[in-house]
Amino acid sequence: MDKQVKKFLEESAIVVNEAIIPDVWKMVFHAPHIAAEPNPGQFANVQKTEGKTFLRRPFGIVDADTTTGTVTIIYRLVGKGTHEMAAMKVGETISVEGPLGEGVFTTAPGKALLVGGGVGLAPLIFLAKTLDHPVVLVGGKTATETFWTKFFEPYADTIYVTTDDGSLGIKGFAVQALPTIFAKHPIDRVSTCGPTVMMKTIAEASEQAGIACEVSMEKRMACGIGVCLGCTFESKVSGKRYKVCADGPVFSAKEVF
Amino acid sequence: MDTNHIAVQFAGISMKTPVMGASGTFGFGLEYADFLDIDKIGAIISKGITPLPRAGNPGVRVAETPSGMLNCIGLENPGVDVFKNDILPKVSQHPTPLIVNISAGTAEEYGELAAKLDVDGVAALEVNISCPNVKEGGIVFGTKPEAAAAVTRSVKDHTSKPVIMKLSPNVTDITVMAKAVEEAGADAISLINTLTGMAIDIHTQKPLLGNITGGLSGPAIKPIALRMVWQTAKAVQIPILGLGGIASWQDAIEFMLAGASAVAVGAYNFVNPRAVEEIAVGMDQYCRDMGVSHISDIVGKIHE
Repeated sequence: MDKQVKKFLEESAIVVNEAIIPDVWKMVFHAPHIAAEPNPGQFANVQKTEGKTFLRRPFGIVDADTTTGTVTIIYRLVGKGTHEMAAMKVGETISVEGPLGEGVFTTAPGKALLVGGGVGLAPLIFLAKTLDHPVVLVGGKTATETFWTKFFEPYADTIYVTTDDGSLGIKGFAVQALPTIFAKHPIDRVSTCGPTVMMKTIAEASEQAGIACEVSMEKRMACGIGVCLGCTFESKVSGKRYKVCADGPVFSAKEVF
Repeated sequence: MDTNHIAVQFAGISMKTPVMGASGTFGFGLEYADFLDIDKIGAIISKGITPLPRAGNPGVRVAETPSGMLNCIGLENPGVDVFKNDILPKVSQHPTPLIVNISAGTAEEYGELAAKLDVDGVAALEVNISCPNVKEGGIVFGTKPEAAAAVTRSVKDHTSKPVIMKLSPNVTDITVMAKAVEEAGADAISLINTLTGMAIDIHTQKPLLGNITGGLSGPAIKPIALRMVWQTAKAVQIPILGLGGIASWQDAIEFMLAGASAVAVGAYNFVNPRAVEEIAVGMDQYCRDMGVSHISDIVGKIHE
């Protein structure tokens, strides 16, 4: 945690903007400064120039290619901002601020388990790429949401899948796969990103197993750089007040739950 | 940039430009160091400082609106002691004037806070009597002329710094408040703070914001802010720091023409973190293009 990287503001040409499944899209844009040295867990704050939305939208960095100077994000169509983004064409420009967040995922040696749910899996792809063959657990509601596995295949030791309805992989919530994974792999730490309920159960199960857990938080934020204080919370350990955008988004699970 | 056209004196403070970062949107200035040269902006107006640390309001604190946003942060801040010991020494290494925004629960507490901040590195005090998001202090003082005057006097009695009273737009007649603080000795007025608003989550069928109501800011409020600056400029002699929805140099010029001697950028810093610097550049160019020898020549021009 606590890696400080210079922040940039770049007018970025869109290189790729396509649907992976109907409501989850991938965007690649040219932002060479932001692409230069982001850490896994950092995010980019994106705004459609001349758009109808006022504030920027934060997205976890999925990949950064120093050769092409491009950054990849994956976004789910949920509101006005993301729908406007999906309507954009290759070659159009967006304004991007990043890389943001000083609290990033641990990339130290050791066997990591990455657990993600929904679009929370996006920043874990970048983490997986950085690590030495992590174990990955993909949680989804149904089989249609498990396309994520293909993003992890090049980097993962083993990929586990759970679906709420059992249409693929293990039936049930992500946390139900943990005993199996902990029994089979010598996991040193768990990194998780997804719905709060999922992260909380993963954090609790990890702690019971004596394994350190870090979580990537998401809260409504206006600025992304630690000034508006829209996204603050109180540490469960120290009582200190943290800003999700600037001190995180990744925190030790003990600080959060 | 040749700053001869736009360097100003505001309430006795020398500024390189008339454009400041507004309280609550600019941190303590240093947060913007990667995006702009904070040594070249008009002034930094700090996040609101209170006598004791405040955690702020629970629940959702920010929400986007058409052309703006709502917030109900609730004056989260580390308190005056941490500010003085940990933050002020870092910020005061920069030549840019630091205006400290203050809030307290009683007129006496405002005075005590002002006294604590009567130190080197503080260029002026901006007195917040208009926060819509806290029960004590805040808006109570911003809507009653006698209470606003009492706070003004208390702060003036305890500081050697220029005192800028920040007024609330949530009043029937802004000029009544402006005259009250002018008479009580205020050196300048800043306006407007946010307008009280709300949003409802139609799925939970409950208020969206943790505080139920919040302050509306951003371009949506600019016409209202501009009108209030114009009204106030006619009513008082002391200089006005105009703010509320400024997002471009053209907006800033409008505020100056309406009667503001300087301006601040608020919510738009979140959209363009370079705005405070870029708007000043645009104002400088406007002076050149229009043959205006100094920006102060256009202050209140529409009143002529």
